[in-house]
Amino acid sequence: MNIQDYTVTRTSNAIRVAAILGFIVLVALIAAPYWAGRADLRLMGELFLYLALASLWNLMAGYAGLVSVGQQAFVGFGGYMLFALTMFAGLHPIPAIGTAGLLGALISVPVAFLIFRLRGAYFAIGTWVIAEVFRLSFAQISSLGGGSGSSLPIAIVKSLAGSRGARESLSYWLALGAAVLVVTSVYVFLRSRKGLALTAIRDNELAAGSLGIDIWRTKFVVYVVTSALTAMIGALIFLQKLRISPDAAFSVNDWTAFVIFIVVIGGIGTIEGPIIGTLVFFALRETLADLGTIYLLVLGVVAIVVMLKFPKGVWGFIRQRFDLQIFPLAYRVARRDNKGA
Amino acid sequence: MDWLNAIVQGTLLGGLYALFAAGLSLIFGVMRLVNIAHGDLIVLGAYLGLTVTTATGLHPLLALFLIVPAMGLIGYALQRGMLNQTLGSDLLPPLLVTFGLSVILQNGLLELYTADPQKLDAGSLETASVTVGGLSLGVLPVLTFFVALAVIGGLQWMFYKTPLGRAFRAVSDNQDIAQLMGLNRRHIFGLAMALALGVTAIAGILLGIRTSFDPSIGGGRLIFGFEAVIIGGLGNLWGTLVGGIILGIAQTIGAKIDPGWQLLAGHIAFLVILAVRPNGLFPRTTE
Amino acid sequence: MPEPTLKIHGLNAHYGDFQALYGVDMQVSQGEVLAIIGANGAGKTTLMRSITGLLSNGRGQVEYRGEDISGLRADQVATRGLAMVPEGRQLFPSLSVRENLMIGAQVGRKGPWNLKAVYDLFPILEQRKDQASTSLSGGQQQMVAIGRALMANPDLILFDEISLGLAPIIIKDIYDALPGIIGEGMSAIIVEQDISKALSVSSRVYCLQEGRVSLEGDANTVSRDDISRAYFGIE
Repeated sequence: MNIQDYTVTRTSNAIRVAAILGFIVLVALIAAPYWAGRADLRLMGELFLYLALASLWNLMAGYAGLVSVGQQAFVGFGGYMLFALTMFAGLHPIPAIGTAGLLGALISVPVAFLIFRLRGAYFAIGTWVIAEVFRLSFAQISSLGGGSGSSLPIAIVKSLAGSRGARESLSYWLALGAAVLVVTSVYVFLRSRKGLALTAIRDNELAAGSLGIDIWRTKFVVYVVTSALTAMIGALIFLQKLRISPDAAFSVNDWTAFVIFIVVIGGIGTIEGPIIGTLVFFALRETLADLGTIYLLVLGVVAIVVMLKFPKGVWGFIRQRFDLQIFPLAYRVARRDNKGA
Repeated sequence: MDWLNAIVQGTLLGGLYALFAAGLSLIFGVMRLVNIAHGDLIVLGAYLGLTVTTATGLHPLLALFLIVPAMGLIGYALQRGMLNQTLGSDLLPPLLVTFGLSVILQNGLLELYTADPQKLDAGSLETASVTVGGLSLGVLPVLTFFVALAVIGGLQWMFYKTPLGRAFRAVSDNQDIAQLMGLNRRHIFGLAMALALGVTAIAGILLGIRTSFDPSIGGGRLIFGFEAVIIGGLGNLWGTLVGGIILGIAQTIGAKIDPGWQLLAGHIAFLVILAVRPNGLFPRTTE
Repeated sequence: MPEPTLKIHGLNAHYGDFQALYGVDMQVSQGEVLAIIGANGAGKTTLMRSITGLLSNGRGQVEYRGEDISGLRADQVATRGLAMVPEGRQLFPSLSVRENLMIGAQVGRKGPWNLKAVYDLFPILEQRKDQASTSLSGGQQQMVAIGRALMANPDLILFDEISLGLAPIIIKDIYDALPGIIGEGMSAIIVEQDISKALSVSSRVYCLQEGRVSLEGDANTVSRDDISRAYFGIE
């Protein structure tokens, strides 16, 4: 056995196969408006937006150790910004989405300075307080409909695209684009130096600090970037819904509870987890939705059982069984092909 | 006189918030657990009150003699059966499991009792008032405030003067060594949760007499309790009472300016204190 | 030969993937004082954690008075009459001196030790009884830790590195007090890095090296050479 026979690599055959499969799936998804029905298209659009939210929450909680139960603050903020920017500033909806993200980043800075003073679980509840403050504040703005909310004017909706079919296709592509953008950015970020620092902090905050990693700054950057992207997703969500109200925009159930369950069930702290979790969540929802509140009860029970019995989620279980990873973050030692020998 | 009235009413309201907070504070003090389902457990207490009073015709305050032990049992079972498994150095499991519990409680109550607002019927207690120095004070808010004083005083006494409190402090200091002293931390944690839910039951009943409630209001109660704890300073029960009072006063003054501002004013007071005194007003001095 | 109070048979201990003890055999008879010596990392503290139940062991590896206690929790082991003075004293900082002693009595075993007996042994503790335990000097804290273990009226008491971090004069005081503490049938295990101190009060000695017993013998007859060989592993 010779050391030259081995090499350190991030890639493997499984990853190459997955990359090719992933590419094929992506092409098929881009073409979906030409083969899928209207209802399916809407469902898939919603799925992609949840995937994006889940990936972002996972980046915060699973990698940066920032467990937030108040991401609805930025979902709602983004949604309201879309409405305000298009209705009052006359912006076209698409640049308005980008601007909503920018404003989300801006507002997250003072928020971070405040709530980063809270540790651990208290940080979590602190984020919830912020979301409540956002909700109550937007409910006070009468030009946006106050507590009862408002609808996006028809003229603005029409400015997106002439026909309803074209609008729905566009809105689908935006959602797909957002999901691809978010998952790719999270992946690229985690492979970068900053991402490595983040993983180091997660594994051992004390040791990471003593190695000269600025923990506060790293977490701060993650928080601001996540907030900006979450606000953009929020804008997209309410561009699909065309109607906004404080209760819907800042719902802890819709934008945080479901997202957390997706990540926990799929596997926290992995890139693949949110993807699997989203698929499981939508499968559960589509089969159990008729049961109403029972469905939510089941979801809560599933999340608790997964957390207690399989804390690494579905993906963690698969990875442990088959030593598999699709988005290669870890290096592995592989035997070289001995073709030359 | 109006402003003075707002301040006095806010102080009395603070007693209720301190009751929301006391259980949260106790649990955190003993096992560093932050229970996201705390607010929903308060609401559960109120619904248990509703069931008992409608089934037996008991006055809600008398029903406490049944509901406090019942909630205590629920707390002990919850801790031994579920929450003990989440305790460790990792923050996520307790947070996510109690979050799941919150969703289960909310939807379970919704399934059993529907979303219709309910109220506990306490007869004349609800409207009775006394006049003190020209201010008209509701008997119920005054009673709530004194119950809060008694509960916090009782918890303080239990914590510092009884063998149980000694065991709580020992386990909180060092779980391994406490275990060597013959203390089974799983049992001690169960007792702490039982006690916390006993207090929660009192808070739930008083809440249910004061205002109408439905299954969705738990999150808000958790936040009020949490804000009272942080304003007062972690690990200080009397500080928690002051925190509740500050929150109550901020809300009543906010409501006086504009009814829509009541909750917002409370949150803003909390954020301002977080900005200027991140460790709260009376942090426990640590060595 | 009477049945030993404590009998350890083929004890293995792990921290995750790391194995700290390899098949350790050891026994303590009633009334016997045993010394366990060894370098840092030899497995002494792990052995203490295994005996007291802070680490769980494989079935049948630790027997106490004929009962298999390998799978018991630390609090269950404590109620059977095993007490420990932990390394680094580890008093409860939120408890006063008196409360630290009282919590030792939590197991509710009858015997000669109570608050008064501990105060008689260490009179300074009575003067300091209402102070926070952290306000005491290192030596006084060690007295509290010893008193806390005695309050349980144990049959077997474990002393883990009681001289660590204390001034020589205080170490001497504490070791002078030991014979008065261990008596009336109580057995003791003294874990020390300070070999001569440990040997001075014990009748038998075990030496641990890299998780294995490298020497077992009579405290009065083992030679210096044997010990250094067992201690450092140098031939």
